[in-house]
Amino acid sequence: MPKQTFILNGKPVTVDVKDDVRVLWVLRDLLGVTGPKYGCGINVCKACTSHINGKAFNPCSVKVGDLKRTDKVTTIEGLPATVGAKGDDLHPMQEAWLELDVAQCGYCQPGQIMAAVALVKKVRREGRDITEADLDRIRNVCRCGTYVRIREAIEKGARAMR
Amino acid sequence: MTALEHDPQANREVPEAGLGRRGFLGWVMAGTTLVVAADLGLSRTAASAIPSLPQVPEVYDLEDLQTDAALPTANLITVTINTDGTASFALPRMEVGQGIVTSTAMILAEELDLPVEKVKVTLAPARPELLFNQLTGGSNTTFSTYTPIRVAAAVARRKLLDAAAIQLGTTVDRLTTTGGIVSDALGNTVAYGDLATSAASQVVEAVEVLLKSKAEHQVIGKPRNRTDARDAVTGRKKFTTDLDVPGALPTMVCRPPEHQGSPKRIRNKTQVLRLPGVTHVAMVDTGVAVRAKTFGQCIDAVRALEVDWNRGTVSGESDQTILAKLKAQELPMVVPQVPVLAQQVDTRFEFMFRSSAALEPYAAIADVRKDRAEVWAGLKAPIVAQGNIAAATGLRPDQVKVNVVTGGGSFGHKLFGDHAIEAAKVSKAMGVPVKLMWHRVDEPRQGRLHPMATSRVRATMLAGQVLSFEQRHTSVTTDFSHGLGEMITSLADELPTGLGGLGFAETIFTLTQELPYNFGVVTQLLNEPLEFEDKFSTGSMRNIYSPDTCVAAELTIDLMAKKAGKDPMQFRLDHVKNKRVRAVLEKVKKEGSWGRAMPKGMAQGVALHKEYKGATAVLVEIDCRPETVQRDLGKETYTGPRVTKAVIAVDCGLVINPRGVEAQMQGGFMDGLAMTLSASSHLRDGRFLEGSWDNYFYTRQWNVPPEGVEVHILESDSDTPGGIGEASVGSSAAAVACAYARATGTLPTRFPINHGQVRFKPKSFVPSMPASPTNGLKKTY
Repeated sequence: MPKQTFILNGKPVTVDVKDDVRVLWVLRDLLGVTGPKYGCGINVCKACTSHINGKAFNPCSVKVGDLKRTDKVTTIEGLPATVGAKGDDLHPMQEAWLELDVAQCGYCQPGQIMAAVALVKKVRREGRDITEADLDRIRNVCRCGTYVRIREAIEKGARAMR
Repeated sequence: MTALEHDPQANREVPEAGLGRRGFLGWVMAGTTLVVAADLGLSRTAASAIPSLPQVPEVYDLEDLQTDAALPTANLITVTINTDGTASFALPRMEVGQGIVTSTAMILAEELDLPVEKVKVTLAPARPELLFNQLTGGSNTTFSTYTPIRVAAAVARRKLLDAAAIQLGTTVDRLTTTGGIVSDALGNTVAYGDLATSAASQVVEAVEVLLKSKAEHQVIGKPRNRTDARDAVTGRKKFTTDLDVPGALPTMVCRPPEHQGSPKRIRNKTQVLRLPGVTHVAMVDTGVAVRAKTFGQCIDAVRALEVDWNRGTVSGESDQTILAKLKAQELPMVVPQVPVLAQQVDTRFEFMFRSSAALEPYAAIADVRKDRAEVWAGLKAPIVAQGNIAAATGLRPDQVKVNVVTGGGSFGHKLFGDHAIEAAKVSKAMGVPVKLMWHRVDEPRQGRLHPMATSRVRATMLAGQVLSFEQRHTSVTTDFSHGLGEMITSLADELPTGLGGLGFAETIFTLTQELPYNFGVVTQLLNEPLEFEDKFSTGSMRNIYSPDTCVAAELTIDLMAKKAGKDPMQFRLDHVKNKRVRAVLEKVKKEGSWGRAMPKGMAQGVALHKEYKGATAVLVEIDCRPETVQRDLGKETYTGPRVTKAVIAVDCGLVINPRGVEAQMQGGFMDGLAMTLSASSHLRDGRFLEGSWDNYFYTRQWNVPPEGVEVHILESDSDTPGGIGEASVGSSAAAVACAYARATGTLPTRFPINHGQVRFKPKSFVPSMPASPTNGLKKTY
C-alpha cells in the first residue's frame, strides 16, 4: 500500500492508502479529522471546503496521490493557527460567525468559513474589497438558509482580517 | 452574563385554593444528588384557558407513588443538579438546527436562576414510555415543553432553597438566588453545587411550585447566541458520521434506478468483494450495501456492482400522468348558486414534487447482535424508529437502544427512521457494525418527497363583500407514519368535533389550515386519493400543507382585490380576522414601504399566514427584468427572477430567544423562496431526475435578497410560545408568488415557476452514483 505524506494543519502526516482515494475520506475516515463535511462528493455543495497552501479547495475532488509531501492542507480545525491564535482563540472569521450567531444546524458552516476566508484573501490579492457580486458567487449550500447572516459575517470578518 | 436575581417570594401570588394559574405540581426523585421531575403532559394545562392538572389527578395517592417509584418516572422529564453546580437535562426532542437546545437551556436557566452556560442540555435516547411525547415536528417543541421544564426547574430551585435554609440557619423567605448561588441578607452564600447532595431526597416527594411571571423574566425574551455555536464554527460539533463507534466502517447502498425499486440479484459479488478496502457486500430490501474502509471506496464499489433490479412503485409514471390522476380526483366546490350579480374568482394551481433532503444526508450507525442492537442517528421520532428497527431485526423493542444525535438539518426528512432502519438491516445482514450514509444522489431519488398537489380556489363576491371562499387541495398521499398518525388515533375521542371520520392526513390538514380572513363561508378541504398510497416516499417538508395552500389562497386574494378594485394590501386589511394578523400586516406595510413606485418588471407582493399559534406577514420586492432573470453565473447555476428584499413581521406568542426567532424566519424565507421560484423534482418514467444541488435548485447565494431579509418580532399578548420553525415558509412562498404575478402581469399556476424546463443533464442511474471528480486542484481560489 503506498504511503501518502502531506502537511495537515501544520504537522506532517503519513497514511497507508491507495493513490486514488479522495482526500476527504483520508481526512475523515482514516485520520478522524471530521470538520470538513460530506454533502455531495462531486464538488457542488462545498461542505468540505478546506485550504491547500492557503487557497480554498474541495478535498472530495482531489486524489490523495496528487498531494505533494510539501502541500499544506488546512481544515477548519487548523484555521485559528494560521493567524497565530493560541489556546481557545479563534480566527477572526470564526469570531464574526459567533458574533452574528450564523450557524443553525451547523453542518455546512466549517466549509462556509473556510470559503469565506479564502474569498477575502483572494480579493485582497486582487487589491480590492468584497462586493455583493462576490457574495452572490459563493457556491456553498446552506440548507437551513442562513445566507443573510453568512453575508453579514463575511463582511465583518473581512474587516477584522486587516 | 445577565445577572439573575429575584426575591423568591416577590410577585408569586399564593393560590387561594389548590394551584393557581402559575402553580404546578412537580416531583423530587430519590437519588444521591438532587433530581427533580415534571410531567410532560403539563403542557396541555398551559395551552388551555382554564388551568387544570388532568395528568396529576387529585385522587392520585402519594403513598402508592412512593411505593411504586417506577410509575412516576414513566411520563417524566427530569432535571439533575450536579455537585459541580451545573444542571443537566436530557431533552426528549431532536436538535436539527432550529435552536431548541439553546432555548431549552434558557428556559431552565430562567427558572433555576442559574447562568445559561451552566445548564447542560443533551438529547434523550428513545424513551418508549413517553409514547407520543418524543416527536419533534409540527413546530411543537417549545410549545409542548415550556411548562413542564419550568416546573421541574422551579422544584429544583425550591429544594435548593430548603437545603440552603438549613445550612445557613435561616428560613427560605430570607434567601435569594442569583447565578447559581443562594444568599441570605447577611451576605452568607452557598453555591448550588454544594447543595446538590444535601438537597437530594431519599424518597419520591411531590412539591408545589409557583412559576415566575412573564414580568420577572430575565433570560427568556433576551437575544442569546446558540450554545453550540462555538462547536459549529470550530468543526467540533459531532454529527452521526463524525462519531467513532468501534468497528462501524463506512457503508453505502447501491440503489435501484426507479423510485422505490428493489434488488433482484447481484451478478458480481465476488469481484466487488476483492476491490480495495471492501469488507462486506450484502443485499437488503432497498438495495445492495457495501462496507469498506472509506466512503470513497464504498462509492467505487457501488459503481462496480452489477445488479438486476425490480421495477419501482411508479414505473412508467411521469409528472404529467400523476397530475392527470390528481385532477381526476379533485373534490367539487359546493357553492351551489351564485347570486345573479355576484362575481366569481376561480383558480387552480399545481405544486410539483420537492425533496426535503437536508445537507447532511441520511446517516446512521448500527450495531446489531443476536440479542441486542444499538443505533445512533438523527431521529425526530426515535420511539417509532425503535419499534421499526426491532421489527426489522427480529428483536424486542427493549433490546434496541436508539441514541439520538444532533442532525445536520431535517426539514421533515428526519421525521422518518428510514436511515436507521436500513442501517440496522445492513448490520444484521453483514453481522458487523456499520456506519451507513446515503450518497447525495440517493436523497432526491429515493428519499422523502413533498407530495405533488393541486389546489383549487373559488371565491364569490357581491358588491365588494366576500360571500364565500372555498379551497380544495388534492395531494399525493403524505406519509404520517412517523407518529403523528398514531397520536391522532389515540386522541380520537378528544379531538374537536367535525374531525370524526377523517383520515390522518385530512385531520392534520384541518388542524393546520386557518384562513386569517373574514371571507364569509370558508371551507378548506383535502383529498389524498387512496390510489397513491405507498407509491411515493413522501412526508411533510418544512411545513406540511401550508406553503402550497397559502400560495393558492393568497394569489387568489390578489385576484379578488383586483376584481373589487382594491389595493391588495388594503383588501387584506379590510378582511383580516383579528388584531394579531392585522398587526403583522400593518407592520410589513410600514417597514416595507408598501406601494412605493418601482420600475417596470419589478413589483412588491404581500402575504399573510396564520398557524402554530402565531401569525406571519411577508412583504417582498421582486426583480423580473430580463437582465436580472437571464444573469449568467456559469453552469450548474439557476438564477431566474430575484427577490431583492424581504420584510417579515411575526407574532409568535411568547418569545424565548429573539435571535433564534429571527434565524428561523430568515431560514423559512429561503425555503419559501425556493418552493415558489426554483426547487422541484422531475418524475420521468418512474425515476426522479434530480441528483444533487447542481440540479435541485434550493436557494443559493445568487438567489438571496441582496437588500436583506428584515425580521420584526411583534410584542405578543400571549403567555405561551408558539411554533417558529415553519412559521414563515408559507407566507414567504406566497408573497414571492404574488410579487411575481404583479411584476410579470401573468398569474403563475405551476410551482416552482421554473419546473417546465429540465435545465440539466440527469446523472446516471446505473451506476447509481457519480464518480467523485479528480480535478479539484484546478479549482482552487
